[in-house]
Amino acid sequence: MVAERLRLEKALRADGDLKLVAYMMAGHPNRKRSIEVGKRLAGSGIAALEVGIPHSDPLADGPVIQRAGQAALANGMTVEGALEVAKAVATEGVPVVLMTYINPVLQHDPRKFAAESAQAGVAGVIVPDLPIEEAEPVAGWLRAASLDTIFMVAPTTPPDRMATICSHSSGFVYCVTVTGITGVRKELPEGMSDLFAEVKKHTPLPVAAGFGISRQEHMKALRGKLDAAVVGSAIVDEIERGGDGVALVRELLKACR
Amino acid sequence: MNRAALTHPVDGRFGAFGGQYVPETLMSALHELEDMWHEAKADPQFQLELAGHRRAFIGRPTPIYAATRLSEQFGGTHIHFKREDLCHTGAHKLNNAVGQALLAIRMGKRRIIAETGAGQHGVATATVCARFGLDCTVYMGTEDMRRQSMNVRRMKLLGAEVVEVKSGSKTLKDATTEAIRDWVTNVRTTHYIIGSVVGPHPYPEMVRDLQRVIGDEAREQYLSLDGKLPDVVVACVGGGSNAIGIFTAFIDDRDVALVGVEAAGKGIRTGQHAASLVGGRPGVLHGSYTYVLQDGDGQILPTHSISAGLDYPGVGPEHAFLRDIERVEYVGVTDQEALAAFKLLTAMPSRNWPISISSATRNEIRSCRVVAMAGSSLFSPRTRGFAVTSRGPL
Repeated sequence: MVAERLRLEKALRADGDLKLVAYMMAGHPNRKRSIEVGKRLAGSGIAALEVGIPHSDPLADGPVIQRAGQAALANGMTVEGALEVAKAVATEGVPVVLMTYINPVLQHDPRKFAAESAQAGVAGVIVPDLPIEEAEPVAGWLRAASLDTIFMVAPTTPPDRMATICSHSSGFVYCVTVTGITGVRKELPEGMSDLFAEVKKHTPLPVAAGFGISRQEHMKALRGKLDAAVVGSAIVDEIERGGDGVALVRELLKACR
Repeated sequence: MNRAALTHPVDGRFGAFGGQYVPETLMSALHELEDMWHEAKADPQFQLELAGHRRAFIGRPTPIYAATRLSEQFGGTHIHFKREDLCHTGAHKLNNAVGQALLAIRMGKRRIIAETGAGQHGVATATVCARFGLDCTVYMGTEDMRRQSMNVRRMKLLGAEVVEVKSGSKTLKDATTEAIRDWVTNVRTTHYIIGSVVGPHPYPEMVRDLQRVIGDEAREQYLSLDGKLPDVVVACVGGGSNAIGIFTAFIDDRDVALVGVEAAGKGIRTGQHAASLVGGRPGVLHGSYTYVLQDGDGQILPTHSISAGLDYPGVGPEHAFLRDIERVEYVGVTDQEALAAFKLLTAMPSRNWPISISSATRNEIRSCRVVAMAGSSLFSPRTRGFAVTSRGPL
């Protein structure tokens, strides 16, 4: 199980490059299509795939991912269904990270959720509305199932708190680049490099940047400063238009090396 | 049941309920808010300033009113109404908005955001922002903007920007979600004035502290009127700020029964209601662990109530706690019952909640619950328009 647990850490550690993590929503636009898209993304050269479990009230998400979640729910996606999507996609060999909100996990039963995620071959879990103060007992159940617990640091996180968040994390640390919600942005904020340097001081884990990242210029700006970049809304937008995001991923990857 | 447990949340929780289930970006703002609130609360200068605004701006103390004709109808029960509708802008919402605006100024934040359902909290917030010269943005669902269009116009006249929320059920829940998203984005410059005792810690505690003036006044007024305490205090519960406001003063008075009335819509069994405590289960909504209307997968369910102000799928975590320790009894009243009570009260304009009832028998209390519901959701002038009604025949 130890090797299993290090899977995410290894996959995301930069090796002179920038790793790319893609995000997709389970059940968007529907279950069958999301499995197809997930498998294609898994084969596109990404280091890991984040699979979103839809929630009716996604506090940390912008309009694109919110819309995708609502479409998935309208098409009958459930927590159980999302775990099945994750399982189908995980067979491609790329580590799968689940991203959802705390209430679906609580209502599913955190212990059961952890066990079923592990069974589905999931590597780790991100819950953006679960700050470290509220993490237990959910994080404990995830760890007990050999899942990585990925916590977020934000531009508003003070340094001492950053250290605590990093110590709760495994697999990687998710660094939110912008003070805000998910969604494509033209430019990434200034002062971002200082934030990454600060996070790096507190953890030996790989650090991934997320929120607002969608362009080759972003990749170039991030490369060398941290390990990985998460691209979400830009891919979900492609999926919404009937695409699979693979062309976008390939284009972005060119700027990652 | 000890007082400390009831009035001071431990680690941000009332028993198991409350907490801070929000994105990391907001955590330092919540910590700052908690510190600043405790500091302000203990600062005599702040309290003095707040008391001044309560007197001159809000119009406190609001009277309690003996509804004699209504009381006769219920066999000599003494029914009194605490007249929060006489607050400036027509509802108790201003008690909270004034306090939080003063706090925002103290924190150096000049941009205010708020969510609103019926529009009362939006109007209260727009009013304090006009008073103190703060920028104001109010989030409101499309559906609520339609049914409460007068309040939209008032907010705009007061200089607020009203942002239409088209997502989800297009009502209060979605407006709150949208306001939280704005706060996540602009947290460095913006204070979010939540309108009820909901949301992440310290909001439920802070809004309670600002609304408890309702009960503190009512208890004293009732005592000096009757020489003893009422037997029952009834209040409607949407998010629950007016109810917490009046209950808090009576929590330690064990002989005083407390009754919270939720919106049962078309009936609890139909699923079309907004009664989180009566018909929901514990879960997380808008940063707080509390009773929530949700499906088996934790997705928040659409709500229904004839009253825009009660149309919310969650409830303040302190109410969840008071329910579980059985200090407050929570009941549901349907749209139909509320309308019947509304008609009754319109014929006898002794409107308003929360009501306290003296010498009530069990059956009479049951009748009065309906009165409280109507009083709070409909008859109490949630819009200025209803103030006209108050001049009707007595």
